Amino acid sequence: MSTVLIVAEHDGHRLSPATARTVTCASRIPGAAVTIVVLAAEPDAIAKEAAALTGVQRVLTVTQAPNVHTLAAVLAPQIAELGAGFTHLMAASTTFGKDVMPRVAALLDAPQISDLMAVEGERRFRRPIYAGNAIVTIEVPAGVKVVATVRAASFAVAAPGGAAAIEPVTVKAAVPSHTRFIGVESGASDRPDLQSAARVVSGGRALGSAENFKHIYSLADRLGAAVGASRAAVDAGYVPNELQVGQTGKIIAPELYVAVGISGAIQHLTGIKDARTIVAINKDAEAPIFEVADIGLVGDLFTVLPEIERALAGK
Amino acid sequence: MRRVMVGVKRVVDYNVRIRVKPDGTGVVLDGVKMSINPFDEIGLEEALRIKERGHADEVVAVAIGSDDVQQQLRTALAMGADRAVQVRTAAAVEPLQAARIFLQLIAKEQPSIVILGKQAIDDDNSQTGQMLAALWERPQATFASKIEINGAVAVVTREVDAGLEKIEVDLPAVFTTDLRLNEPRYVKLPEIMKAKKKPLDVIEAGALGVDVTETLKVVKYEPPAQRTRGVMVKDAAELVAQLRARGVLQ
Ligand SMILES: Cc1cc2nc3c(=O)[nH]c(=O)nc-3n(C[C@H](O)[C@H](O)[C@H](O)COP(=O)(O)OP(=O)(O)OC[C@H]3O[C@@H](n4cnc5c(N)ncnc54)[C@H](O)[C@@H]3O)c2cc1C
Repeated sequence: MSTVLIVAEHDGHRLSPATARTVTCASRIPGAAVTIVVLAAEPDAIAKEAAALTGVQRVLTVTQAPNVHTLAAVLAPQIAELGAGFTHLMAASTTFGKDVMPRVAALLDAPQISDLMAVEGERRFRRPIYAGNAIVTIEVPAGVKVVATVRAASFAVAAPGGAAAIEPVTVKAAVPSHTRFIGVESGASDRPDLQSAARVVSGGRALGSAENFKHIYSLADRLGAAVGASRAAVDAGYVPNELQVGQTGKIIAPELYVAVGISGAIQHLTGIKDARTIVAINKDAEAPIFEVADIGLVGDLFTVLPEIERALAGK
Repeated sequence: MRRVMVGVKRVVDYNVRIRVKPDGTGVVLDGVKMSINPFDEIGLEEALRIKERGHADEVVAVAIGSDDVQQQLRTALAMGADRAVQVRTAAAVEPLQAARIFLQLIAKEQPSIVILGKQAIDDDNSQTGQMLAALWERPQATFASKIEINGAVAVVTREVDAGLEKIEVDLPAVFTTDLRLNEPRYVKLPEIMKAKKKPLDVIEAGALGVDVTETLKVVKYEPPAQRTRGVMVKDAAELVAQLRARGVLQ
């Protein structure tokens, strides 16, 4: 039987939706018993959220002051200690999961499968390589622990309605002091979170300035959407790095993705492959973005965006 | 000697359009342009800047693979690396094996800083740096967009999903690079000539005692599911009408 340990991702208060998606992935493993571990300084509220996810059998909490920050060097030895008794270990393929899981895998002497996108069996999985230009099916031999990061955008959020038991546990692993948290700076906003939003409006290099991005924010607000961007827009300093969508940014799967002034480079498209409906607005009819768009409009964004807003307002 | 060690992986150039072989045994690599993994190039640039700012005395570039990787190592030497090391293997290695190879080299070279790319753009794994840091029992600062060295510690700004995170790590440590860490310099012709005289050592992976037989089995390669081209609309009103008709908007 497969026993899966999922490492909860959280911000100290709330469980990340990416973890709820990871639960759905784990539940696809035939006959899997799914456990979530919450490592935190105050894990109780997060553990409650985890316990309420359908498909979760057990929630473990590890309460320690150093767990207040998500430092891989601090968390990995604790996760590896708990993970020794499981056949599978998983976390979402976010910057948190990408940082910590390979460290865990190495401590357990196991290889890792990154960005797992489909479960084909207890030990058989699919994942993208070459920025999503090829998909490989991978088999993990018997006797080798399965350690994976899960491409959250490929799985739905596990429904609430579960009632798993919550069990506090202690670990013996020594916590290193060689890595220290200083702070995190985020352009925190009241807008929906890019990673989990149902609608996303993204702007590219064509916006030309940070100031002009107001057109993107305005449409996003009208649609109740999160804001994203291409790498070119981030590199040019129009918007902060956490808005980058793509191979090396965020991989997202919204119901609606609106790409404005984005050419559609393969590295960008990797991030939006799983979007339900893609809308592209670009003044170049030959732009590659139109090859993947469900609805395309050729035009200058500076005239088209205000018109869309007026059409939405019914004027 | 304060040393910075950087990983240099030979990968298909990022401009190449990847195609899966019709028989599903791999991707087409014949005659395809190969380059240094862009993240490793950024890592090498950072190492050179660390040295130029006086925080290191020597930059060593390391590649793992067949003799083809010497091409990328020569480029690294032309960019400014002082020495290069090829760890010779017949085939590509898995991230954990690469980490073990680096660990053996670390034992020889005693670097104070190791810089790897946050991912290689071929297998997109994003594992080796973290695995190496675990095996070395040293700090890791992944997805770095700024690295400041202050004697025995470094303050690193990391690109994380929430924004920019700052951490402080004791050296030695492993850093992995994000795209915005720097812009790599261009190689000048005289440097390419000079690079031919710089030392490039070859070590057999076997001599390092690292087993490089494959553990994960790749069963098949497939092209991704294609999205199909949709409809073109003529104006904003039609666009909004389409979204409503599809139930995307109320
Ligand atoms: C290793 C690596 C990783 C990368 N990772 C990512 C990633 O994660 N995400 C990402 O996005 N990119 C990534 N890139 C970069 C990617 O290759 C492209 O360079 C980038 O996506 C281009 O951004 P863009 O579409 O905004 O800009 P451009 O390609 O310059 O496109 C701008 C578009 O705007 C259109 N336009 C101009 N003016 C107007 C106007 N007034 N109205 C309407 N349309 C207009 C143009 O026709 C053009 O199509 C990566 C590259 C590398 C090498």
